[in-house]
Amino acid sequence: MSKVSNILAHIRSSGTVRVSGGILAGIALVAIIGPWISPNEYLAADFNNILRSPTLATGHIFGTDHLGRDLFVRTMMGVQVTFVVAIVASVVSLVIGVLYGATAGFVGGRVDAVMMRLVDTLYATPFIFFVILLLVVFERNFLLIFVAIGAINWLDMARIVRGQTLSLREREFVQAAQLIGVSTPAIILRHIAPNLIGVVVVYVTLTIPQAILIESFLSFLGLGVQEPQTSLGKLVNDGTKQMEGAPWMLLVPATLLATILLSFNFLGDGMRDLFDARQSR
Amino acid sequence: MSLLEVSGLGIRYGAVEVVSGLSFGVRAGESVGLVGQSGSGKTQAALAIMGLLPPKAAVSGSIVFAGDELLGASDRELNRLRAKRIGMVFQDPMQALNPYVPVGKQLRRILLCHGVNDGREADRRVLDMLDRVGLPDPVRQYRAYAHQLSGGMRQRVMIASALIAGPDMLIADEPTTALDVTVQAQILDLLERLREETALLLITHDLGIIAGHCERLVVMEKGRLVEAGPTRKLFAEPQAAHTRKLIDTAPRLDGDRPPAPEPGEVVLVADRVSVSYVERAKRQQLHAVADLGLELAAGETVAVVGESGSGKSSFVRAVLGLIPLRTGRVTFCGREVAGQVQSRAIETRRDLQLVFQDPAGSLNPQLRIEQIVGEPLTVHEPRLDSRARRERVAGALRRVGLDESLLGRFPHQLSGGQAQRVAIARALIVNPRVLVCDEAVASLDGSVQQQILDLLRREQLETGLAIVFISHDLAVVRSISHRVMVLYLGRLVELSDGAELFARPRHPYTRALLDAVPVPDPVAPGGRLSVRGETPSIIRPPPGCAFHPRCRYAIDRCRSEMPEARFLNGSRVACHRAGELEL
Repeated sequence: MSKVSNILAHIRSSGTVRVSGGILAGIALVAIIGPWISPNEYLAADFNNILRSPTLATGHIFGTDHLGRDLFVRTMMGVQVTFVVAIVASVVSLVIGVLYGATAGFVGGRVDAVMMRLVDTLYATPFIFFVILLLVVFERNFLLIFVAIGAINWLDMARIVRGQTLSLREREFVQAAQLIGVSTPAIILRHIAPNLIGVVVVYVTLTIPQAILIESFLSFLGLGVQEPQTSLGKLVNDGTKQMEGAPWMLLVPATLLATILLSFNFLGDGMRDLFDARQSR
Repeated sequence: MSLLEVSGLGIRYGAVEVVSGLSFGVRAGESVGLVGQSGSGKTQAALAIMGLLPPKAAVSGSIVFAGDELLGASDRELNRLRAKRIGMVFQDPMQALNPYVPVGKQLRRILLCHGVNDGREADRRVLDMLDRVGLPDPVRQYRAYAHQLSGGMRQRVMIASALIAGPDMLIADEPTTALDVTVQAQILDLLERLREETALLLITHDLGIIAGHCERLVVMEKGRLVEAGPTRKLFAEPQAAHTRKLIDTAPRLDGDRPPAPEPGEVVLVADRVSVSYVERAKRQQLHAVADLGLELAAGETVAVVGESGSGKSSFVRAVLGLIPLRTGRVTFCGREVAGQVQSRAIETRRDLQLVFQDPAGSLNPQLRIEQIVGEPLTVHEPRLDSRARRERVAGALRRVGLDESLLGRFPHQLSGGQAQRVAIARALIVNPRVLVCDEAVASLDGSVQQQILDLLRREQLETGLAIVFISHDLAVVRSISHRVMVLYLGRLVELSDGAELFARPRHPYTRALLDAVPVPDPVAPGGRLSVRGETPSIIRPPPGCAFHPRCRYAIDRCRSEMPEARFLNGSRVACHRAGELEL
């Protein structure tokens, strides 16, 4: 059995991974197709139905907001933005974190010390202060969210990868490769990197919910996504303002956000169990 | 009437049956050995007796101890039984002792749990027990934490904790496997002396230990009982083929010796090699290896023998360039090979190969066997096309006695013996001149050990391979080595021709090592105690001869002056009194 199909078989055999993965795939699918087949426009205001509660009769299945915009379409657009933010931020942190951490760990010595102290310094910077600083220096910008989220997520990734590389470097199969005559770059590529994948994949699935949470938090504070764009965090923020008169405006995006976060967390846990099982066998 | 009666014991995890239909008994005061290779289910059986199996294990059958059924008993009932009536000694005392509680306090707690209410009375009994297990200065050791004790001392504490509540039976699961040979002999001696009225169930893979210490034997294979009976009878006339195989493949000190090699060209010379580690926190240098030399000829096997801390691994790793040399020169075929392995010329790297102790750790878990064994070819013969390479890899596997069907497997799908053969195939595929085996058979079962040793001997005869064989076990070394080098605390103790060393050791430490080897023979079991104590820490080596605190022949000169290695009838011995002693 090939390695990929081996992993796939494991994934199929794990209930946690299957259920949480299925939920996420379902949400993503609805978020992509939903706005497209829905009769309602994303920006269009339906002045006959302002603050209408969820009902099938008007076609607003999740209800409307205080401007008469359809909440279903807006929520799905929010999910799209949230997913994009999460994935892009995770890829950014993955690339920077893995390269940085593996270099520090494998080169070691003084280089390692300097690189990791830089990480410590960034860790010590208060996050909100950092975001406000970015906002002052640059304009308010969609891209800024990626920068801000990536900038903190890669720190964890770098530390984890470095630690893993340090222990891999001492493993006997690395020494064996050195004795055989394999060059240093080849050792990193052939022997270090493949053994990092397990940890990295697991960690990425765990950073995604973190990124979503940060994006929601920033949007909630009004520092993130700007009108007319929306995201789940922003929808929750809007919902809190109307929650006495129109509780669905809070409940719909908040429930979706919670479901997505939980699913990603379960997915990460399930993946970790899978890779642990593979290592111990 | 048996004290412990196990009948029809079965243990399964899901569909996997690890023990089935196991029945045996232990009478009061009797010592019984439970023997089997790895995976035979012996430890599972012991855990079942103690009620320590994980909840997902399905247990059937019956275990009756002193009239009480243990299977299905509640934790409260079992807790009353454990320690008070059955004591247990585990393989690794470091794992079994709580690192955050002083060892004396741990023993005290056992007594307080089992009916001793007076704290001062408990303390008195703990100190008495620590004294009985041979811990020097019990008052001070009472406050010691597990990590502050040496391996042997820890195991003594473990035995004390098993015996302190005065149990009727003691279960010892591989109690000496993690220890050095000279320490092993002392611990076994201690177990023997202390148990007095206590019955003993000794679980081990080592027939040498059983032969000297057990009255009766229970042999297991793949979860089933193979044979049981009195030790002497079983050794003299084993009924089952498996028992015979276990006895025949156990390493012994009176087995065959390899024929002397054809005198070959000298390939590897290490001259006055020293290795030191810097202890940064304490700003100290630890001299792991001092002034060691080695000359290795083609077709020859030199064994490097020593206990933990002897510097044997550091020495060969420095020679191979895995760790830096402090001083000394290494020459290969007349050319000096300098520096760390990554900076060495690619041709010399091809000629010096290493096989590690732990086969699983030395194979990259993400690569297939074909990729692992073929990797040296990608470096040294990059022009080989993929079909030719595959052919060579298959050939290398056949050479070490493995089937080609393993090509597509991953390392975790192999048994220990198979994985070690793969590691050997990888080392041999580019036809090196020198092969270093660092405890290459230590983690393998007896019969597999013999197969690997046979394989190495055959390779040597066919190709003139020179082998450096590192081991702590003189019985294993005996059947493969032409010359033996004994190390103690990083220095040469004795370097002799193999036959000479086993027949007439010239250094008291060599004698002690030979005496300590347990021999699988109940009539002359070996494992004698001719040395006390343990190897001191390399951080504070004793002045003079490093061995003098443990040497019964030590004189004043040994305490102040370090002996130089000198020639004595073809051997090199570092002892002031070499030649005058009758060992």
